[in-house]
Amino acid sequence: MSVDAATVRRIAHLARIAVSEDEVPHLQGELNAMLAFVEQLSEVNVEGVEPMTSVTPMQMKKRQDVVDDGEIADDIVANAPATEGHFFLVPKVVE
Amino acid sequence: MTDLTSLTLAEARKGLAAKTFTSLELTDAHLSAIEAARVLNAFVMETPDQARDMAKAVDEKIARGEGGPLAGIPLGIKDLFATKGVRTTACSKILGNFVPTYESTVTSQLWRDGAVMLGKLNNDEFAMGSANETSCFGPVGNPWRREGSNTTLVPGGSSGGSASAVAALLCMGATATDTGGSIRQPAAFTATVGIKPTYGRCSRWGIVAFASSLDQAGPIARSVRDAAMLLRSMAGHDPKDTTSVDIPVPDYEAAIGKSVKGMKIGIPREYRLDGMPAEIEKLWSEGAAWLKAAGAELVEVSLPHTKYALPAYYIVAPAEASSNLARYDGVRYGLREQGKNIIELYENTRAEGFGAEVRRRVMIGTYVLSAGYYDAYYLRAQKVRTLIKKDFEDCFAKGVDAILTPATPSAAFGIGEKGGADPVEMYLNDIFTVTVNMAGLPGIAVPAGKDAQGLPLGLQLIGRPFDEETLFSLGEVIEQAAGRFTPARWW
Repeated sequence: MSVDAATVRRIAHLARIAVSEDEVPHLQGELNAMLAFVEQLSEVNVEGVEPMTSVTPMQMKKRQDVVDDGEIADDIVANAPATEGHFFLVPKVVE
Repeated sequence: MTDLTSLTLAEARKGLAAKTFTSLELTDAHLSAIEAARVLNAFVMETPDQARDMAKAVDEKIARGEGGPLAGIPLGIKDLFATKGVRTTACSKILGNFVPTYESTVTSQLWRDGAVMLGKLNNDEFAMGSANETSCFGPVGNPWRREGSNTTLVPGGSSGGSASAVAALLCMGATATDTGGSIRQPAAFTATVGIKPTYGRCSRWGIVAFASSLDQAGPIARSVRDAAMLLRSMAGHDPKDTTSVDIPVPDYEAAIGKSVKGMKIGIPREYRLDGMPAEIEKLWSEGAAWLKAAGAELVEVSLPHTKYALPAYYIVAPAEASSNLARYDGVRYGLREQGKNIIELYENTRAEGFGAEVRRRVMIGTYVLSAGYYDAYYLRAQKVRTLIKKDFEDCFAKGVDAILTPATPSAAFGIGEKGGADPVEMYLNDIFTVTVNMAGLPGIAVPAGKDAQGLPLGLQLIGRPFDEETLFSLGEVIEQAAGRFTPARWW
C-alpha cells in the first residue's frame, strides 16, 4: 500500500501537525518508504495467532479506590504557556 | 592522587569508603572533565551547583556511616527522565523550558541510594533515532574516532549523550532508556556496557513516554559490575507504574564472577546476515569461543521470525508514539504557537515543536491506527509480535540460558552519513536489538573488540525474562576475555 498527496494531508490533519504544500511530496516519499519496508509483514502467516496485548504475563495491579493525590493545582499549571489562576488559557472554542 | 575520573564505579566506591577521597572531590573532577569536553555536546544541561550540594550532603552521610550503595557516585541523567526543578526536554523543542515539579521513580531511587547528579544528557528527540542526530540541541560526538582520522562519529542513539559521557569519563555511569536498542547500540558504539532489563523491571513513571509497551530504563556504565550496581538501584516495583513488576530485585553484583559452567548459549542462525562485515562475524565467533572456554555449551538455535521484528516495530512503536505524543498540544506545557482557533494552535505548535523524525513517526503511527488500516497494519504487527516472542520461548524451553548475538551490524559511522535519503537505512542499525524489545526480554551489550579502523564493537546477550543475573555473569566473562577499551583523548 502507498499513500497519495491527499492522504498525506489527511494524516497530517489527523495528527494535528500543520504541513505546508511544498512539504507534501517529501513527506509522501518518506511515508511510502516506511510503508514499503513494513509491507513484508504481509507474507507472515498469522492465521489463528493472538495479537500481543501484554509482553509480560501479569495481572494488572489494582489500588484502593481512594484519593491519594491532589491539591497540586499550582504544580499542574506551573509549565503552561498561558494561564489565569488555575485555568489553562486557549483561544475561544465556543462562540 | 590518580585521576579520579578514570576509576570505575566499583573502584570509586572503595575509595570513598576508605576516605581516600570525598564525593565532592570526585564530583569536582567530573565537573571539570565535563567542562573540558563541551565539544562532544554530551550534556544539554550541567548542574554543577546542585552536584556539589548533593556531594557535600552525601559526604556528611558517609562520615556518619549512613551512605547508601551508590553514596557519592556522580552520574549523568538522560534528558528523558523528569528531574524535579531541573529542565527536562526529551531534547525536543516542543517541551521548551519544561521544569518538572516531580522526580522520576528511577532517578529518585538513585538519589535515595546516595548518587550525585552532574547534569542532563543529550538524546535523540523523544528517543527517536539511532545516531543522536535528531536532538534539538544538535548531534553528540563519539569520543572514538577512526585511526588516523579527524572525522567526528556518532555515538549511536537514542542514548547517545549517556554513552558518550560514560566513554569520555565525564560521569561514572548514566541512566538511559531503550525502546528498540537505544541503550545497547550506543553502548556498542562507544565501548561501554549497557543493559536493557526485562520489561517491567524498572518503573517508567516520570520518564518521557515514547512507545509504552517497549520502553525500559537501564544503565550505561564503564564495566559489567558497574552496570549491575546501577541497575540494582534503578530497578524495583513502583505502584505508580502498573506495568512495573512486583518481584524482588536481586543483588545483581553477586552474579559477577559466578561460574557459567554448563550454561547453554544459543547462537541464532537468523542473525547471520548476508553482507555482514567479516569483522562482526569474527567477533561473534570469538565471543562464543570465550564463553565455551569458560565452560558454557554452545548450541545453534533458530528464531525464525527475526527478520520481521524491525518492520513490526516500525508499526507498533510509531502507533504508540502517535498516541503518547498527542499530549503536546501547546496548552498544558511547553511550546505554543498561536493560531486562529484551537485546531490551528495545535497544528502550528506541533509543526514548530516536533523535528522531522518525530513528525514522520507520529504521522505513520496516525496512519496505521486510522480507520480502515488498523487491522492491516497494527493488528497484524501485534500478531507478528506474538510470534517473535514465541520464537524465544521455544528456544528457552529447550534449556537455552542465554542467546549470543552481535550488538550492531556495523561500528559507529560519521555524522550525517546515514538515513539522509531513506529513513530505513538508519532503522537497520537496530536489527539485532529490536527483537529483544518486541519480546520484552533483557539484553546486555558488552564491548568485545575493535574493527580494522580501531572502532569498538560489541556483543549482545539476550536472557530469559527477569534473569538479568545470567547476563551479568556471562557479560563479565566476555569483559574479562576482551579487556576494557578507552578512547584516546582528542577533545
